[in-house]
Amino acid sequence: MDLNALTGCLASSACLVTQSTSGFIIGMLLFLVAVGLTLIFGVLKVVNFSHGAFYMFGAYFAMTAYQFTGSFALAMLCGAAGTAILGLVFERVFMSRVYGSDVLMQLLVCYAFVLIFDDVVRWIWGPEFKSMGMPAAFQVPPLFIAGGVVPPYYLLLIGVALAVAAILGLGLASTRIGKVIRAAAHNPGMVSALGINTGLIYGSVFALGGMLAGLAGALAAPVRSLTPGMGFSVLIESFIVTVIGGMGSILGALIGALLIGLIRSFGSLGFPLFTDGLMYLFMVIVLVARPTGLFGKEVA
Amino acid sequence: MTRKSKPGVSRRSTLALMGAAAVTFATPWVARAQAKTIKVGMPTILSGRVAQLGTSSRNAVTIEVEKINAAGGLAGRQIEMVIRDSKGQPQEAARVARELVNTDGCELLIDAEASSGAFAVHEVARDLGVFCIHTNSETSSLTADPKQHIPNAFRTARQGVHDSIVGGGYAAAIAKAKGLKKWATCSPDYAYGRDTTAEFIYYLKQFAPDVEIISDAWPKLFQPDYTEVVTKILQAKPQAMYSALWGGDLTSYIDQANIYALFSQMEVFAVNMADYTALTVVKNLPKGIHSGNRYIKTYPATAENAAWADAYKAKFNEYPTNWSWENATAMMLLAEASRKANSADGKKIADAMRGLTIKSPFGADGTVTMRAEDQTLIGYAIGWGTTIPNEPYVPEVKSGDWKQILALEAEWKKSKGYT
Repeated sequence: MDLNALTGCLASSACLVTQSTSGFIIGMLLFLVAVGLTLIFGVLKVVNFSHGAFYMFGAYFAMTAYQFTGSFALAMLCGAAGTAILGLVFERVFMSRVYGSDVLMQLLVCYAFVLIFDDVVRWIWGPEFKSMGMPAAFQVPPLFIAGGVVPPYYLLLIGVALAVAAILGLGLASTRIGKVIRAAAHNPGMVSALGINTGLIYGSVFALGGMLAGLAGALAAPVRSLTPGMGFSVLIESFIVTVIGGMGSILGALIGALLIGLIRSFGSLGFPLFTDGLMYLFMVIVLVARPTGLFGKEVA
Repeated sequence: MTRKSKPGVSRRSTLALMGAAAVTFATPWVARAQAKTIKVGMPTILSGRVAQLGTSSRNAVTIEVEKINAAGGLAGRQIEMVIRDSKGQPQEAARVARELVNTDGCELLIDAEASSGAFAVHEVARDLGVFCIHTNSETSSLTADPKQHIPNAFRTARQGVHDSIVGGGYAAAIAKAKGLKKWATCSPDYAYGRDTTAEFIYYLKQFAPDVEIISDAWPKLFQPDYTEVVTKILQAKPQAMYSALWGGDLTSYIDQANIYALFSQMEVFAVNMADYTALTVVKNLPKGIHSGNRYIKTYPATAENAAWADAYKAKFNEYPTNWSWENATAMMLLAEASRKANSADGKKIADAMRGLTIKSPFGADGTVTMRAEDQTLIGYAIGWGTTIPNEPYVPEVKSGDWKQILALEAEWKKSKGYT
């Protein structure tokens, strides 16, 4: 425990800026993965244990596209679009068959695909770790804001994640499609009776969830090493985020992810050997105080 | 109709049948003896995040076995490698090692496990008395601690304490020249990371007593995001940083620290940087990271070493790793010890191997020695240098002085109560 470092940081604007942006960066990537997870659970009532694999595929798709085209924008697009298609196929061919089954069956199918997807990546890209490399446009010195260090690439990352949060929030609340999705989450039978293709909605939501995880993977690819199985650790933290924020809540995923990011960032100064512990401790406190999570709703 | 023979089976036929059966059942044993092959078992890591290193171990052994077999094998017996995946799990490594000996009939073991698995295989070797060479475990106590000593187990891996002595001396010289007094460390939070960092800092302070550690970060092994670790080190404003991160963790860390311009703000000493697994993967390798030599084809700068690396690359389309040379050395020593003993028997090979010096592309002076007292390798090329983003990656390596290494190692052993 190093409380002096923590209080020293809180008293310094440079440190506050650096650590806060550091928390935002960690949080925003987590948000992109967790929001897909929470969206799929909210509508399909399925805990997609294989969600980390979409993050992994997003990173590999982006790296491959970047190697072939040299375009960062295309790489991001391929990462997101590729995982969206993969998500749609996965949902229609496999997941749609186990919606009526118990949780254990769904979990087993998802876990089987965690292993299968890892092996597919190993088979296509090889078992060794890979690196995409930072695009030249972002190989620039970091910005100094109030004495704090902020890399430009991370500003882009935060911007993309906030834009996704805004589009999702507004889209679900105000658009017709958003309303149909919410209605399908609430009462799929009634939505189906009204002549709306619920299968299409389920497939689209799963594809959207996969796409968000893929986008997170693509955005992470320039700064993280790519290995088969890389989605697993991200998945665990995403579960923590959704549990803290409340399963099914987009705002909850955003707030939960930011809180986890800030806990990691400031915790590493004050409690360097207990940063992970702090994260779990916070989750336990939230669960005891509000078992449905910060923004979760009671199940009727 | 006249009956020519009695019904049933005659005594003569019974004897003939028994004889035939005896010959039939004995044939495999006779065939095995006549085939003159000797099975050598090798547990290693062929799946998971470290698979690349395990594969490079297998590749190196394959190259050397081909040479040995072409030259007549071990005392006339052709080597047949039996290589199994331990998945990097100690209990699996121990199970595989035991099975290789008891079920597959392996007479010798090449233990190509990382440290955690090596200690497990060591216990199997102790129990079964089978000849064993540990090729990848760098944890010093595996051979330095007399409690671990068994006459049938050897090590051809580099040793952590040797690296720390050379690295500490190299870093101290730079620290003194550039006035680097404030240091930080960032190493993975498990036995290897903690031990290696402690040993490096110990020798750094021995050679440069002014050095002070002002910040330390211990990310988890295989942690995906190092942002908070990078910013923590930046906040402390050290003049230099030491890291024992390796493989994908090191490349991730470099990518993430790069965009904070960390490498322009301090001198970085990363012991595991100069290995092709990391050097060829990082796309934007910053100039001037100091590293120990893991394996590079230009150090030692001899034709033999370059030729060995080129032959490996020609066969496997990639450069060898640190684990490759350590495994190749095991096979070279095995062949020479067997030739000296004129036998493929494990016990006789062990007797011949103690104190054996052989010519080697990886030797500091063209030779390496299997030290008799603790049955571990000495005299291998060991040094530190600074990296550049392209080949040869480490243009100049400052070699460690083996006289100094051995003297300080002896002191270290005494301080640990090993001697």
